[in-house]
Amino acid sequence: MSAYKDIAWNGLWKQNSILAQVLGLCPLLAVSTSLVNAVSLGLATILVMVLSNFAISALRALIPYEIRIPVFILIIAALVTVVDLAFNAFLHDLYLVLGIFIPLIVTNCIVLARVEAFAAKNGLRAATFDGLMMGVGFVWVIALLGAVRELIGQGTLFSGIEMIFPTLSGFQILPVEYPGFLIAMLPPGAFFVLGLLIAGRNWLDARANARMREQRIHHQVEHATDHANSAPA
Amino acid sequence: MNSPHALQPETIAIKPPGLIHGVILGAFCLGFGLVLAITDRLTLDDIAARALEDRQNSLAQVIPTSLHDNNPVTDTLLMKNAHGREITVYRARKQGRVTGVAYEIFGTGYAGEMKLMLGLSADGRVLGVRVLAHKETPGLGDKIEVKKGDWILRFNDLSLGNPPAERWKVKKDGGQFDQFAGATITPRGVLAAIRGGLEFFAANKAALVEAK
Repeated sequence: MSAYKDIAWNGLWKQNSILAQVLGLCPLLAVSTSLVNAVSLGLATILVMVLSNFAISALRALIPYEIRIPVFILIIAALVTVVDLAFNAFLHDLYLVLGIFIPLIVTNCIVLARVEAFAAKNGLRAATFDGLMMGVGFVWVIALLGAVRELIGQGTLFSGIEMIFPTLSGFQILPVEYPGFLIAMLPPGAFFVLGLLIAGRNWLDARANARMREQRIHHQVEHATDHANSAPA
Repeated sequence: MNSPHALQPETIAIKPPGLIHGVILGAFCLGFGLVLAITDRLTLDDIAARALEDRQNSLAQVIPTSLHDNNPVTDTLLMKNAHGREITVYRARKQGRVTGVAYEIFGTGYAGEMKLMLGLSADGRVLGVRVLAHKETPGLGDKIEVKKGDWILRFNDLSLGNPPAERWKVKKDGGQFDQFAGATITPRGVLAAIRGGLEFFAANKAALVEAK
């Protein structure tokens, strides 16, 4: 069970696809202009990651190591196309909103990275769970990025929600006279905000590490002989 | 170690698995090609039906229903536009007389072609323009969609003489229409498409409007 806890912790924080691995920047920067866009792409990404991790974990015994990358890309591209077609046919309203984002998922290298680093080496259940957790890790960061950019860029939150839920509407957070701040909506703004988020994560991690090191030193002083075992695995 | 033959065993060893790898890769291509073909087959009819609904919806947006008593989706005319491209013209009629036409127009955006539907009254005024398909940047260029902004509505009631043809451009190019923040190429492409559509109407007015 703790293996699953590790998978969750890796996906959400420690190996977070954006904050730690800094992968998938192309869709990340292009789509995080608003909270609704960001979450929409994120949800479609979760779906593709779960499917691709599942498929590749199931087929992993058949894939020779030397040609694994072309096979992975083949499978991911095929799955994204299947999702694209299925959305178009059966979830058409959602497709009209998400449609342009779905093909972008192929360019998200986090999908390939998880397939290569995890699904190809682990069982079905763990791989599927890893796809889910990595996807959720992607969503919460891109949602935060989208929210900050939308707020700074145009002073609103949830604008465009009526495309998904026609009865809802976005909120004007800052006064209507707020002139907007274009750079937040442009790719440089995405880099600035992303840089700050990564810095924030590093700061939190550094603080946690420092605290852990302090505890370890105490520990080592008490058990000076047993050095190797005191380091956490 | 430095012998010229040092590489030979490796190349020999690699060759047979290389062949097998090719076969395996081919098998995966075949398998997932099959998956795609099946998915395509299963979704084909639904996607076509959705596309038709979308077309009906977009027609209804560019030709008000009060203008016609026929069904414009089925009252069509095949014509060639100025670029030699075949387009379908949908005609709205009231008591047999053509009251408006709608057809697809095409513009080049930031990320490829944009497809729009232009609706005109019988005297050449814009009844409405809507974007059917585009690949513009989400959050920037997609403000040409009516759900993301009212930019596209500003053309309603205008015509080729109002404003004159040379003013059918974005402000940056000396015209009279606003581009929007962060995106000039997209509105420029939309304007070129509308201008082209109006010129098409002017050149083919008789064929488009005369009742047949």
